Amino acid sequence: MYRSEGLKGSADKILTIVWKDIKSEIRTKEIATSLVAFALLVIIVVSFALEPGENTSTIAAGILWVAFTFAGVLGLSRSFVLEKDKGCLQGLMLCPVDRSLLYLGKMLSILVFMLVVEAIIVPVFIVLFNQHGFPPQLLVIVPLATIGFAAVGTLFSAMAVNTRARDVMMPLLFLPIAAPVIIAAIKSTGLVLSGESWGAIASWLGVMAAFDVIFLAVSPLVFEFVIEE
Amino acid sequence: MQSLKRNALSMSSLLGLTFVTMLAAQLLVFIYVPTEETMGVVQRIFYFHVPLAWNSFIAFAVVFVCSILYLRRRDMKWDRLARTSAEIGFLFASLVLITGTIWSKTAWGTWWAWDPRLTTTLILWFIYLAYLLISAYATEESRGARYAAVIGIIGFLDVPIVALAIILWRTQHPGPIIFEGGLTGAMLLTLMVCILAFTLLYFCLLVQGTSLRRDRNEVKMLKRSIDEGK
Repeated sequence: MYRSEGLKGSADKILTIVWKDIKSEIRTKEIATSLVAFALLVIIVVSFALEPGENTSTIAAGILWVAFTFAGVLGLSRSFVLEKDKGCLQGLMLCPVDRSLLYLGKMLSILVFMLVVEAIIVPVFIVLFNQHGFPPQLLVIVPLATIGFAAVGTLFSAMAVNTRARDVMMPLLFLPIAAPVIIAAIKSTGLVLSGESWGAIASWLGVMAAFDVIFLAVSPLVFEFVIEE
Repeated sequence: MQSLKRNALSMSSLLGLTFVTMLAAQLLVFIYVPTEETMGVVQRIFYFHVPLAWNSFIAFAVVFVCSILYLRRRDMKWDRLARTSAEIGFLFASLVLITGTIWSKTAWGTWWAWDPRLTTTLILWFIYLAYLLISAYATEESRGARYAAVIGIIGFLDVPIVALAIILWRTQHPGPIIFEGGLTGAMLLTLMVCILAFTLLYFCLLVQGTSLRRDRNEVKMLKRSIDEGK
């Protein structure tokens, strides 16, 4: 369908969905506030295991990504819970919009929320863990990993919302599938925090890029089967 | 009726063939094949470990293909095949993890050495656990089938990336010394017979499991029509 109406028409529809989510988030501030607080709590709780000053860059990177992963799972599952509970999903499905555009819209809005949360958490993390400055490589690592999270997460969120144990299903689906991204993000963040250059993390960036490309291509195709009534 | 008889006949010949091959495999593993020099008798677990790993991978590949066919054709036949294959693959992967840890303990001295292949199998195990759970927890039967098919596709596409990430990750640590140094003729023969035996076993279980699933469905339909008739 979106071939006939051209690229601009499709982009408009995607942006309308994204804007709808952003508008409702600005009004309720439900997701961003709870995710930031949750991610910070994860960082603090995991830090209890460490002696002050004991943390190395590898451990710090691990803690940061544990926080992002769990906050991601939480945020991703909220995304469709709200749609489902308020009957909004039905409305979306009645819209004359191709299902793959619906997927891209939801994916993008989740991506925006997660990036905002991460942009707040990273500086706090750098202060709490006494890192020396902000490695610019994080500006590539964090978005690459988050795109991967959002690409598969949107799909699983739409599934989990229709299962009986929906809060448990989301992490059970998401964590093993996203494992390569989590590994790559932790390792590359650890490397740049210990002062390595771009060359050292190239293969990790490759893993994340491959994951993003594959699942951004496949997910819109299978999304149709997920939300069909 | 004729076809039912023919089916039963081919099923029992498949069962018979599997039985004979499995028996031959046991004889080869426990009596014929010489004990490996450095690792001793525990190395014999290798003849179960490798065929199970190989077949779990085949099982997941079958899930992938049948999932695509199900979403395209919407024929429950493909859904039954995919789900049964996932169950068997999950069972085999569990056995791979168990035999792998036993072997690892004696060969490397640790139960779990984060060996790339075992770790990849562990992630696969979790992916197909999610596959089995989503089809069980979905609110409707048809939803469960569709969700399972989507996970069957996504999960299988994820396998090479998982393997790549874990291999990259492990090469940054000093890896355990892996058992290397080619297989002798007798060992290779034993391994081949074992792989054949377990592949036959996989097909036996697949055929049986699928028909069990079909019968269960049929009984459910009959029960429903009886209830409606009342």
